[in-house]
This record gives sequence, structure tokens and C-alpha cells, in this order.
Amino acid sequence: MKLYANHRKNNKKKKKKKKFTQVHVVYQISMAAGFKTAEPLEYHRSFLKENCRPDGRELGEFRITTLNIGSISTAHGSALVKIGNTTVICGIKGELASPPNDAPNNGYIVPNVDLPPLCSSKFRPGAPGEQAQAASQFMADIIESSEIILKEDLCIEKGKLCWVLYCDMMCLDYDGNLLDACVIALLAALKNVQLPEVSINKDTDLAEVNTDKKRRLNIAKHPTASSFVVFDDSIVIVDPTAEEESLSTAMMTVVTDEEDRLCMLHKPGGTSLSGEKLQDCISRAVTRNREISKLINTVIQSVKTHK
Amino acid sequence: MKSRLLGSTMEVDGQSTLSLREFGCEQNLLSRPDGSASFVQGDTSVLAGVYGPAEVKVSKEIYDRATLEVVIQPKVGLAGVKERAREQCVRETCEAALLSTLHPRSSLSLVLQVVHDDGSLLSCSLNAACMALMDAGLPMGCLFCGVTCAIDPDGLIITDPTAQQEKNSRAVMTFAIDSAQRRVMMSSTKGSFSVNELQQCIAVSQRASEKIFQFYRDSVRRRYSKTL
Repeated sequence: MKLYANHRKNNKKKKKKKKFTQVHVVYQISMAAGFKTAEPLEYHRSFLKENCRPDGRELGEFRITTLNIGSISTAHGSALVKIGNTTVICGIKGELASPPNDAPNNGYIVPNVDLPPLCSSKFRPGAPGEQAQAASQFMADIIESSEIILKEDLCIEKGKLCWVLYCDMMCLDYDGNLLDACVIALLAALKNVQLPEVSINKDTDLAEVNTDKKRRLNIAKHPTASSFVVFDDSIVIVDPTAEEESLSTAMMTVVTDEEDRLCMLHKPGGTSLSGEKLQDCISRAVTRNREISKLINTVIQSVKTHK
Repeated sequence: MKSRLLGSTMEVDGQSTLSLREFGCEQNLLSRPDGSASFVQGDTSVLAGVYGPAEVKVSKEIYDRATLEVVIQPKVGLAGVKERAREQCVRETCEAALLSTLHPRSSLSLVLQVVHDDGSLLSCSLNAACMALMDAGLPMGCLFCGVTCAIDPDGLIITDPTAQQEKNSRAVMTFAIDSAQRRVMMSSTKGSFSVNELQQCIAVSQRASEKIFQFYRDSVRRRYSKTL
């Protein structure tokens, strides 16, 4: 690092003497790229010192979030979310099954997060890795904790028939902050679900599906996630890119619902965080919830008006 | 080399009591691993073994620090997605506490065997992990302990709940607290709760961590008082 600092000093001297030429600009840019490759942590620190980040964002600023609802016509509900480059698509398929024995008037929600080798060189083909499995468990925990859908709503006939909702989330482009994107995709896709009406014929005891009549799910809560990473044990930044994630010393995801209650405070280790920093993160998560609710409502409205 | 902490109660904020079940710990009970410990919290019991620093597979080698691998074996059946999520929590907590830069390009592996689960399993795993790492003599920046809090339907905070208490509660939170600054290293929650409840649970956990660190100290002292 010192070597580089000296180098830059010399460079400045040259700048004063020489006139600013095009060759010089190219040299400067390639130097910055070299700095980034050789000392990625120092590179990020030099930005964080000025309260900004390499992509021009402030510390508490999310990347641009875009949402498309109903992207997969063959699924019962679907949504595509982009947070910056990170892209997650969620498809929901409903199937009929018999309810669990211990809870005869409940249905099932089965989330799964897939990180295919397509989305990043970090992931290899074959059995899902630790990150994918942990993300799947995280989504299952959110569904359980926030009660996004009441499982009783998925029951058709007590002890006989219920819906199983398979919620498959697939990452198409991994550039950090996977969990936030998954939660938005899941919520938007659930709001998009239209299930055909099913009744049990009393005479034959078989299920009859009426595809003409469709009903929407009753979404009880609207949870959203906000992820943070900690740099150098003290600087907290929101919505990390893949590079920021790999350089950070700790990660944390806060999930809140529209009543500002916490559904999840997930911090899988890393350096410790003080109470005040935690409080700041929670406040940021609460405002993020408002932003995302607004986004989902606008997209649903625009889908309705286009029909 | 066994040591025990009897269940004790302590008032917190005048409204909830801080009580931990009977704790027990035994270090260096297995011969093959470089460090081992069993940790008992009431009826919950976890056995931990640490191997390393040893040679690392080239594909897992990290050039500037040791590679830590954590495996959690459930009592029955094969490890599933739930164990994977727990492994991630334990691994990242240990990574933050260990000074792994002192052993670059080497491997550390921590194996946790669940002996019995009667609630607060994640915190018991963390405690067993910390004691095993200590027994292995690995350099650490600080110690850590796990504390589980449950909020019952009346809003009372129960520390170190049993499986039944966890089932009846509306929220369960597990924190890892570091010994240096008593701050939250790891957090894993279930159920929904308000910000105020979270802050209370963190405060209770920090108090409970004092007791657990004292227990660590006592059990290590007892162990070495016999050998020295």
C-alpha cells in the first residue's frame, strides 16, 4: 500500500509539470483498476472514508429496485425482481395434497432457493451448496415467523384436501443481497397467485377443479428484508454488492412487516455490533418496508390497468 | 474434570427473572480430536470435537487464513437444511472469534454431535464449540457464549428455555455474545416481536452472558487446578 501512495505522489508532481494529455487520463484509469484488483479492501476504504461507495451510492442507499409481476404464464403466480444487477425470479405452483396429520386444517408452503452456476462463478453445479440451503431455510423461517399467509387459508376440506404452494426462487444474476431480492420476489409472486376453485364432490368423493373461477390468496402480512454489511468492525452499509459482501466482516438481515414489528433479525456471526448501530439498521429497514410496499402496489396497479 | 453450575435466578428490570438451567461442562474427554468438550444445559447436551490446524484441501485453501469447517450431526437421521443453517451460524461466529490469520493455508474442523435436544440447542452448540476451541488451544481474539431467550404469550422473557417453553412462546431469539465488549455477534430469531422486546432480550442476554462466562472461568480453573 505504501508503495502505491508514493507512486501517486510522484504522479501528482508530474501532473503539475506536464500538460493534461489523453494518454495521462488512460494511465490514471488503468491505475485505478489496478488499485482495485491489487488492494480491493483499501480501494473500498478510500471511498467509505468519504461516505460514499465505488458505484456512487451513499452508505444508506439501496440500488434501483425493479419489479415485474406475472412473468411466467405457466405458473400460478410469479415475479421477477432486480436490485441493481442481482436478479431473482420466483414462480409459485399450487398442487393438491392431503393435509398434515398433526394439523388437519392447514396447507403447506414449500420455499426453495436455487443458486445455479449460471448466476455466479462462486456456485458449482450439483447438490445445493451451503448458501442456497441457508437461504431456503431463511425463507421458510420468514414464512413461519411473519405469517405472510395463514396456513388455514390453504385448506380446502379439513383432513382431506389442501393446497401445497411450491415457491421456487431462482437467482439469475448474483451481485449480492440475495435475501432481500428473494423476499420481494416471494411477496410479489404470492400477491400474483390465482388458484382455481376446488370443491369435493360429495357423491364420488373426488376433487373437482373449476378453472373458470379463480381466487386470489389472502396476504396477511407484508414482510420485507433489508441487508447490511459491516466494514472494518464499524462502518455499516446497506444493500451490499457481491464484492462488498466478500470484503465485509459481518452481514445482517432485518425483516420487518408493515406494522413495524420485526419478523427476523438474522446475523449469522461475524464481528459484533453495538446497540445503537442495530437500532439504526432497524430504522432503515422500516423505511425500506414503506418503499417496497409502494413499489409492489404501483406494479400491481399498472398490471391491472394494462389488462 | 466435570464442573457444574446450579440453576439460579436473578431479577432483571423487576419484571422478568433471569434463570438458567443447570449447566455442566467437561473438556478434553475424547482422545482423538485436538480439542473436545461436552456442554450440558438442563437436558440439552452437545458434544464437540476440534481437529486442526491440519493440512487443507487445495480447493478450500485460503491464502491468508485458516479454513474453518463446521459439521453438526443431529441425534437421529441425516443432517438437513436446518442443520446447514445452524452450521453457518456457528461457523461465522467462530471465524470472528478465532485469530485464523495465525494459521494461513490450513484447515480447522469443528464437529458438533447433538446428544439430546431439550430446547436452546443453538446456544448449547455455541457454548460447546467455544469450550472445544479453548481446549484445542487455538488462538482466539475473544470468547463467545450463546444465550436463548423466549418471549411467552404474557410478554415475559424466559432465558434458556426448554423445548416445551420454546413451543409455547410467541418468539424465540438466540444471540452469541462476545466476552470483550458484551456485544451481539450472532442473532437468529423465530416469531415476530417489537423493537422494544428485542432490545430487552439483548439486555437480558448480556446479563446472562456474564454468568456463562463466569461458568467458563470456573470450569477451566477447576480443570487446571488438578493438573497444575
